[in-house]
Amino acid sequence: MIKIRGLTKRYGEFEALKGVDLDVAPGEFLVVLGPSGAGKSTLLRCINRLAEPTRGDIHIDGQLATSDAASLRKLRRQVAMIFQHYNVVPRLSVQKNVLTGRLGAVPSLLSWLQIFPRKDIEIARECLRRVELEEKAELRTDTLSGGQKQRVGIARALAQQPKIILADEPVASLDPKTSRTVLQYLKQASRELGISVVCNLHQIEYAREFGERIVGVSAGRVVFEGGPAELTDDVLHRIYPGLEQGETPASSPAPRDVPAAVVHNFSLEDA
Amino acid sequence: MNIGSYSLLVAKPAGNLGWWPRAATGVIIVAVLWWAAQGSQVSFGELAKGLPWIGDFLARMFPPNWAFLNKLVVPAIETVQIAIWGTLFAFILALPVCFLAARNLTPNMVVFHAMRQVFNVTRGINEIILALIFVAAVGLGPFPGVLALAVHGAGMLGKFFSESIEEIDQGPIEALRSTGAGPIQIIVFGVLPQVITAWIAVLLYRFETNLRQATVLGMVGAGGIGFELVGSMKLFQYQDTATCILVIIVMVMAADYISTKLRAAIQKGAR
Repeated sequence: MIKIRGLTKRYGEFEALKGVDLDVAPGEFLVVLGPSGAGKSTLLRCINRLAEPTRGDIHIDGQLATSDAASLRKLRRQVAMIFQHYNVVPRLSVQKNVLTGRLGAVPSLLSWLQIFPRKDIEIARECLRRVELEEKAELRTDTLSGGQKQRVGIARALAQQPKIILADEPVASLDPKTSRTVLQYLKQASRELGISVVCNLHQIEYAREFGERIVGVSAGRVVFEGGPAELTDDVLHRIYPGLEQGETPASSPAPRDVPAAVVHNFSLEDA
Repeated sequence: MNIGSYSLLVAKPAGNLGWWPRAATGVIIVAVLWWAAQGSQVSFGELAKGLPWIGDFLARMFPPNWAFLNKLVVPAIETVQIAIWGTLFAFILALPVCFLAARNLTPNMVVFHAMRQVFNVTRGINEIILALIFVAAVGLGPFPGVLALAVHGAGMLGKFFSESIEEIDQGPIEALRSTGAGPIQIIVFGVLPQVITAWIAVLLYRFETNLRQATVLGMVGAGGIGFELVGSMKLFQYQDTATCILVIIVMVMAADYISTKLRAAIQKGAR
């Protein structure tokens, strides 16, 4: 579904991505794991060209992605995005926020006048039903909690009826319980609708739990690729070079708990 | 420094020059004030000599000629009408340009600086001067007043509008861009909902200012109540003048009150 070859992105002198190769299969839930500043966000933003790659090719659904306005809009219609800070429009109603996912598909002139085809409104409603926020449709989005806002973000992404969803740290601003719920909604939708998801995370725990495949990114390079079971201590050291011995999962008899402590450290750093 | 049972507490100046820089600053300020007083012929002696004349003038204004109120109804309404259309035209002129003059939406920096300069120029010319120009161009009457307010107001509104656009949260804009929305859709769904209350507040404030300005536009023949004011003074009918001034004060206070109430109501926020 996505084929990335030799992707390099430079910001001035700083090289955020250093020749990344990556393939994403149709319908796959891929987790990109890595510390803050490893280049995970840049990787996603190059895929839908919110950031312009310095070098390298990206094929999406067999099509080479280019930057001219027409093909860019076409590309973005197929690739939805979910953000760490939700990026919903606070003053719009929940329903209208979800409908903004349809903007690439509806007639522009009518949309300026707030007129939408009924079938698109039905699509938006269906997406809200998926994240179980149907009864909040008429509310202003700034009245919702963080977890609910992110579910609106997911519904907006689904409303695009995309082939791919890029999720950039979707749960980094949420508490653990809400994080699980949000990731479950995302995973379920991806499985039922056959959408490929590329999900950036910095929490090892969630990566193990939700990733069908995991790609480890460190300092702009892919340093690991494999299933959740292959995510060993050794691998974690490669992804998080700064990890101290005492914090490694190896030193603990209960491997599930200690990564949580590690996660804690990283999320503090992130905040 | 101790003065009886009081102490003078002044922080010691930083640096090793001691009090000299402050003393020099003081001398410069005094020199500038003296120089400006020479040019503007500020004279407290003249003011003292003039006081009886001012008293005489005020005495002639008293009591206001209430019968003159009848003749002021139509010009007062005309003043409000000038202010309404002056504000509306200013809005229409500013609207398309303000997006180009916002750093975060402008297509490039050349356009940005050009549009900002347009606003600066129109805002820099006083309404009265603009009114004189428009009176010469389209003749006596309220319409040149409308045009003067429109041009000057467009500069002010455009500057405030584009600055409020620069303050919005970029997240939703990016999210809309990633759905494949076009530029006008991004403005309608991402920008306007975020700036609309600020804009309405500025518009109301502009209307208030326009009403105040419209009361004096008549002095240069651009319609409204100012025309009556100047006329009554030229005929030495100071009691009529007093009535005019009172009506103007009431109008400005009413506009101030209404716009404050409306702004507060909007801030509380309907959808």
